[in-house]
Amino acid sequence: MKTTTSGLTEAAEPVREAGEGLGRAVVATFRRDLTAVARRPGDALTPLVFFAMVITLFPLGISPDPERLALIAPGVLWVAALLSALLSLDGLFRGDFEDGTLEQLLLAPHPLSLLVLAKVAVHWLTTGLPLALMAPLLGVLLALPQGSYLALSATLALGSGCISLIGAIGAGLTVGLARGGMLLSLLVLPLFMPVLIFGTGAMGAALGGGEWLGHLAVIGALLSVSLMAAPIAIAASLRISIHG
Amino acid sequence: MWAFFHKLGSPRWFYGIAARLSPWCWALALALILIGSVWGLAFAPADYQQGNSFRIIYVHVPAAFLAQSIFMALAASGFVFMVWKIKIADMAAAMMAPLGAAMTAIALLSGSVWGKPTWGTWWQWDARLTSMLILLFLYLGVMLIRRAFARPQSGAKAASVLAMVGVINIPIIKYSVEWWNTLHQPASFTITERPAMPLEMWMPLLIMVLGFYAFFAAFTLTRTRTEILRREGHKRWVKELFEERP
Amino acid sequence: MRLCLEARQLACERDGRWLFRGLDVALKAGEVLRVEGPNGSGKTTLLKILCGQIADVDGEVRWQGRALPRARADLLANLLYLGHAPGIKANLTAIENLRWYQALSGDGCPDAQLEAALAEVGLAGFEDVPTAQLSAGQKRRVTLARLALSRRALWVLDEPFTAIDVAGVAALEHRLSDHAARGGAVLVTTHHPLSNVPGLRRLTLDGHRQVAS
Repeated sequence: MKTTTSGLTEAAEPVREAGEGLGRAVVATFRRDLTAVARRPGDALTPLVFFAMVITLFPLGISPDPERLALIAPGVLWVAALLSALLSLDGLFRGDFEDGTLEQLLLAPHPLSLLVLAKVAVHWLTTGLPLALMAPLLGVLLALPQGSYLALSATLALGSGCISLIGAIGAGLTVGLARGGMLLSLLVLPLFMPVLIFGTGAMGAALGGGEWLGHLAVIGALLSVSLMAAPIAIAASLRISIHG
Repeated sequence: MWAFFHKLGSPRWFYGIAARLSPWCWALALALILIGSVWGLAFAPADYQQGNSFRIIYVHVPAAFLAQSIFMALAASGFVFMVWKIKIADMAAAMMAPLGAAMTAIALLSGSVWGKPTWGTWWQWDARLTSMLILLFLYLGVMLIRRAFARPQSGAKAASVLAMVGVINIPIIKYSVEWWNTLHQPASFTITERPAMPLEMWMPLLIMVLGFYAFFAAFTLTRTRTEILRREGHKRWVKELFEERP
Repeated sequence: MRLCLEARQLACERDGRWLFRGLDVALKAGEVLRVEGPNGSGKTTLLKILCGQIADVDGEVRWQGRALPRARADLLANLLYLGHAPGIKANLTAIENLRWYQALSGDGCPDAQLEAALAEVGLAGFEDVPTAQLSAGQKRRVTLARLALSRRALWVLDEPFTAIDVAGVAALEHRLSDHAARGGAVLVTTHHPLSNVPGLRRLTLDGHRQVAS
């Protein structure tokens, strides 16, 4: 065993086996993405501002009458949340694709589906969760009746998890395409519809004084299914986009 | 089993077998659709509630059946293509997708035409029609992603993945849309679900459904043959095939 | 176990054109193999095939005697691949970039080592600068610092000399031969002659010749 010029590494170790340090790799990827967002908070704020702006359009476009607004508020809030998620999803892998780190991620000796899960988790933490926390404020603007604020936040928090996971499949498929963002919305919006239906359904139930936790449980079930199935599809779509 | 699978995967072998099968499929499709439509349109009794307008069922229902089945077939082909790298599966999928989208569009249009006399409006957010509309979006996505890639090979894989993701979602979408529909229109009248349809009404329907499936098979076989020639045009066996003829 | 990467009867078609056919490649411990050829002759594609990134080709690739799709994970555990893009995130600092790479490859290492590696590629004092503020050559040097840290036996380098100055080229050439001398293996594409690398092996990809064979 000789030392390198710097004496840093002992030797080019002869051949070893795969499968160590998965946890460390996932945590490092999670921290790296979180740091990257923290360095450029504007990127994370844009979807939130967009969300607020879309909400503002509705009273202007329909009527400032609180009763009419209250009627459409749950749907409007949810649809605006879906649209603003689309806005951020396009960038989920694009930056990594352009600077070449995505290619390096695919070469890591770990299951890609778990590594991308770290990236999706950061996406949810920096877009979905803030959106869920901010939504009640905008609910006030739309005269959302009392009693559905908790349902709004809770369904958005869980639902945006589904959206991040399912949307990441589309983001993976379109990352290598010029103007992939347009196609991304076409691919994933139909897949978001069940989440939208149960999200607004839960709010309707809460408004009617009914039991909305059951609806939340359905969204939770959708989230668990997405958690199990989506990472595999995300990994497959990234492989297609990078290696063809 | 494996030998058969691999044989089936060979474009050359498929080209030959499809040539032998497709005339039978076309004949069967033509006969069934002819019998079914004459029976259904001219001889089946009129509906006691809807009169003659119900007869559009003989197009609407088979088209809706095919629309859903073709998406399943698309996902199955995608799976075969991704797992066993059998190119024929992808060629067939590429040919099936536009047909499926067309069937979905026919189901939507005929549903809408049917809705006018029945509901008094061209469009109603009926659970089935809404699911159909979402299915159309899924079809469009699969067709668009295939063309979006510069390399056909990548487009094929992307379309396969999307079809598989879509097929997992279809039951969820159907269930959620049905639930949503009961939530908003508790007393909605669904056009295709009738308590008891007399034999002379549903027999032609059955024949039409079978005819549409036969048409699907014939169409896919014929189009896949053309696609084989297009993609394998530079291979020796294709060149030999056309050199022998003149 | 001694490192051994070999490919037999590789054939790769892109857009109806054969990039290469019937290609045999072997790379053993202690070797530096330079892949040469004109633009568009498939150098990058060959590199990607050999490290298991592209799989839809004819022929087979073996790592330590085991065929690739199956041996891919083991190959990746021993691989350091540097592609065209520097693979450096612009809003992270040089040291953060390296830290991520080390964690990803499973060799965590203290910051002192990362700093030493950066110093070695001439980036002392730039550790905590976001790489967006570095020049193209400096970014490439951050990437090359991974070579100093790596304990991977197989290096696959696609145009590693891009944007590197003369002194940097000499240092990198030295590093490659050093790695080979320690029992590693290097697969590299470059337009530099690599005259300082003893025992350099060459593989020429020439579209026309390959079609004829």
